[in-house]
Formats: sequence, structure tokens, C-alpha cells
Amino acid sequence: MIRETPEISAGSMADIAFLLLIFFLVTTTMDVDSGIVRKLPPPLQDNVEPPKINQRNIYTVLINSADMILVNGEPGSIKTLRDDVKEFLRPHYPDNPKFPETEDMELDIKGRKVLYHKSKGIISMQNDRGTSYKIYIHVQNELAGAVRELRDELAQQYYGLSFKELLEKDEDAAKQIQKAVPMAISEAEPADFGGNK
Amino acid sequence: MSKFKKDGKKKLPAISTASLPDIIFMLLFFFMVATVMREVTLIVQVKAPDASEVQKLEDKSLVSFIYIGKPTKALQKKWGDEDRIQLNDAFAEVSEIRGYVEEKLTKIPEYKRKKHMISMKVDADAKMGIVTDVKQELRKANALKINYSTRKGYDAKK
Repeated sequence: MIRETPEISAGSMADIAFLLLIFFLVTTTMDVDSGIVRKLPPPLQDNVEPPKINQRNIYTVLINSADMILVNGEPGSIKTLRDDVKEFLRPHYPDNPKFPETEDMELDIKGRKVLYHKSKGIISMQNDRGTSYKIYIHVQNELAGAVRELRDELAQQYYGLSFKELLEKDEDAAKQIQKAVPMAISEAEPADFGGNK
Repeated sequence: MSKFKKDGKKKLPAISTASLPDIIFMLLFFFMVATVMREVTLIVQVKAPDASEVQKLEDKSLVSFIYIGKPTKALQKKWGDEDRIQLNDAFAEVSEIRGYVEEKLTKIPEYKRKKHMISMKVDADAKMGIVTDVKQELRKANALKINYSTRKGYDAKK
């Protein structure tokens, strides 16, 4: 005689699934990580002399241990930093001694060669060991913003797109823009004037 | 005779809950796919600074994290309230960073190693001294792609 096996109740299935669900809710993070991406310079070789750079090509930004900013020897403000840096890095042609030198390069725009005067300007940034990380990031943010806006302008001029849109659509074209407006930020070794480590 | 005569005493049929597990499972799978396991428990306080020029981290499996900040309240008695570095689940010294980078690198398949990125999660109130030490050490370890973790919503003009 074959007895039918009684059906197993599935009523508790929901409870089990709920338990698993709650476990995952608790142990996981939903936050998308974002931040400012930077490339560090490769380690220094002892026998290599740093290249000499013309003084007028350098734009110095100093931050002291009291989080005050010194721009090219004068007290500066984070509010105007972005526009000042943009003005400095924008190529000035014909040669203007107040602004960095330019260098001729060819851009390949949609198969056509275009002459471009690339600025040789470099932002030099130095901070103290006592500088707070917050102000450092804010300055980095403004410098990155200035370069991004210059790239946007160039991409807008030649392609009618923002740099970000161009990067998605045509990577090679975006690389050209990147070359024309490099992320020219140099960070000097921090000084230790503030005293507090 | 009337077809529509109400059967006054009939009860409402119970709504079947048989599909409830399926719905919950769907939710469960959504969360399993959409989330990343929290890898470490933080033993330092990190409140990232805000910025606007941010980029998303694409592939989390290629990112290693370095946390810098003051020890959490409970640990401050033992460790003091100086900024400290956290690697994996423990406090670390600057000199340990090289080993940490190499250890993380071995976990990444070889063809992807160039894309390895270090995400620095540093407290907004930390001092640059310790951050610079870490950066110099990263240079020596040849981990040059770094990302300063930030929150959105900064406007310098304000």
C-alpha cells in the first residue's frame, strides 16, 4: 500500500527569506564611492636632476598650517582660486610675459590638423604638515575644476560637447584634448613650519 | 431562481500568501546583487571632506582602502586621539603600507594589476603630515593611482 507523502508546508519560507534579506541589509553598504582621482609621480631616482622650469611658467599655491592660502606670493582666497588658475592656464598667444609660454602642437580634429598653442603653465602646490586635509582637498578640487573647465571649453569649441560626453563618445578625441590641456599640478614635499606634527 | 442572489453567510476567501516568498526572494536577490559586502569594521573615525570634481570608483575589486583618522571613541583610551592609519582591521604604521599594497596586488589577476587603485579615506580634520607620509610610501610601493575619497556637494563660491 502506497501512502501519499503529506505536502510540506511552505508557510515558513517567507520567514526564512525575510531573515536572509535582513542579514544582507545589515551587512552591506549601498554607498557609491567617489572621489578625486590623482596620479602620484613615480619615485625619484637619485641621479636624475629635476628639469629646470622657467619661473613665469609656475603658479605657486601655498597652504600654511593655519589653512591660509598664498597664491604667487600674495594672500589668496579659495573663492577666486578656480578662476585665477583658469586664467593662468589658458593659452595666451601671441606671447604675453605675464602668462606662461606656449608651445605649438597639432590637434587632430576629425581628420583635420589644427594648430594649437598649448600653455606650458604648471601649478605648483605646497602645503605644511599641519595643514588640514579638508582645505587641501578643497584646493585640489578647485585645481581639478579649473583644468576640467578648460577641457570643457576646448571640447565645446571643436566638438560641441562637454569633455565628459566626448570621453564617452570618442575616446581618442578626448585624449587629444587631454594632451592639449594636461593636468599640470606638481606637489612639492611639504614643509614643516607649523611645528605640530 | 435569481442568479445574483447573495449568499449572505459566505466568508471572504483568504488571500493566498503562497507568492509571498517569491516576492521576498526577489528583494533578496536585488540586494545581493546591488551591494558590496562591508569588508572592514572601521576603528578610526572618517568623515570625508566635500568636493565637487568627483569621479566614481568603477570596479571595487580593484580598489584597496587606506583609512586615516582619529581612533573611535571606545578605542581612544588605549590608543590616544592622534590620527592613525587603519589597514584591513587593525591600526598600522606607515612602514606597513608597502606590504599591504603588495598583499592586495596578489589578489588581483595579473592583467588587471595596472588598474589597481588606492582609495584614501581620510578624515576632514586630519593633518596633512600623516597623509603625506602615506603618499610618499605609496610612491615607493609604486602604487601611483590614488583616489581621495570625498562626499559630494562643495561649492567654493559659497
